[in-house]
Amino acid sequence: MAWTRKDLLAMRDLDAAEITLLIDTAASLEEIATREIKKVPALRGKTVVNLFYEASTRTRTSFEIAGKWLSADVINFSASGSSTAKGESFIDTAKNIAAMSPDVVVVRHSSAGAAAILARELKCGVVNAGDGAHEHPTQALLDLLTIREKKGHLDGLHVAIVGDIAHSRVARSNIHGMRKLGMTVTVAGPPTLIPPHIQELGVKVAYRLEDAIRDVDVIMMLRLQHERMTPGLIPSSREYSHYWGLTLDRLAAHARPDVLIMHPGPVNRGVELSPEVADGPYSVILDQVAKGVAVRMGVLFLLAGSRNAGD
Amino acid sequence: MSSSPPKFREKAEVLDESALDRALTRIAHEILEKNDGAKDLTFVGLRTRGVTLAQRLAQKITRIDGTTVPVGTLDITLYRDDLDMRGAPVVRGTDIPFSIKGKTVVLVDDVLFTGRTIRAALDALIDLGRPRMIQLAILVDRGHRELPIRPDYVGKNLPTSRRESVAVRMREHDGEDRVVIEEPEDA
Repeated sequence: MAWTRKDLLAMRDLDAAEITLLIDTAASLEEIATREIKKVPALRGKTVVNLFYEASTRTRTSFEIAGKWLSADVINFSASGSSTAKGESFIDTAKNIAAMSPDVVVVRHSSAGAAAILARELKCGVVNAGDGAHEHPTQALLDLLTIREKKGHLDGLHVAIVGDIAHSRVARSNIHGMRKLGMTVTVAGPPTLIPPHIQELGVKVAYRLEDAIRDVDVIMMLRLQHERMTPGLIPSSREYSHYWGLTLDRLAAHARPDVLIMHPGPVNRGVELSPEVADGPYSVILDQVAKGVAVRMGVLFLLAGSRNAGD
Repeated sequence: MSSSPPKFREKAEVLDESALDRALTRIAHEILEKNDGAKDLTFVGLRTRGVTLAQRLAQKITRIDGTTVPVGTLDITLYRDDLDMRGAPVVRGTDIPFSIKGKTVVLVDDVLFTGRTIRAALDALIDLGRPRMIQLAILVDRGHRELPIRPDYVGKNLPTSRRESVAVRMREHDGEDRVVIEEPEDA
């Protein structure tokens, strides 16, 4: 199995073998994080541009560290304080960056499809680091790597994704990835936050937290995406927390004792997760962050290290 | 695009099972002689058959000397100088569960050819720590060096032409212990 794509845009585009190759590559690079000298020369002389039109700490830092550990030159470009603020269009900015001959551009944008437009316009590799409510493939890959390491396998596992499914690119990327790898997915949340026809993606739907978390191997809690929400979808954060907040009592009453609790971050403590759960023994939230660097190293390595890149 | 790789056929047998075993026994004795025993000795094999050879050498040293020499696995994909020429690479990971700092590391590989793999392996090893000394053990040295690299222990010196290929087959991977020279089928 060899990697042949120029870009990584969506889990929906990939087949099971490609997803497995990405996870395997990431797993083999994890060891670099434990070294005294955290640097290998694999991408020496390659340039990675982080092009972030939306706020991000975790993802941008993660791509930056990943690129640097592989010896690439990493340049960060954020929309504020740049030519975007002076009125330059998205595609003009992209073409200007392309003229500087990067090998990979990592892009985050509030519009679905932004990464795909960039991939069409640029000859270099493009990684989608989140486009609107569409997809966030590297998040799904790091979730899959975390689950595989904790559970030993992926096939046959049952995952509940709980919360704001409608606005979540993390949910969409995970649903596509997990279904392709033979996993069962239940999505759950208030009806206003569950998109109509979501069943067509091959998932089950639950409208009560207790129903969703019973007998599942993994519970993935999502953040309420206030920045993407129109008013009126939920009455209040407090009411949401009352019905959908994951607490130790609810876990003990309804979930399996070996369940994993995941969250893509940033966590709204006391809303979707109680602090005791977020910091508790079931939680693998910080493992997810560590795996994020490995996954992004794997993605950069496969895109920039292959002969397709920069042709 | 690229043409399919040429098919190879067997031209001659270089080592049979017992010759291969005798070569490894001799190398094990040479390692002990050169290093005054097995103190502070570690083996690092290059994926895939170098690891198997390193494990066999470690077993032989245990039999001769009674000491256990740790064996690690090195993957040099991230250190290659020809990534752009080879297309999408597969990384299989390095696994050296012991410190090489201050140790004598014997690097083990099956075939020594241009020396570029060993160059990459030296860089990879030194990034993991500062060994006191690195030595090189090779089952077959087939010549055609492109870098100033010389093995310390050699199972068999084997003059070859560049178009030939040397196949080291090992029980654990190929069901037999044998070394053969292969040539392209269109020859």
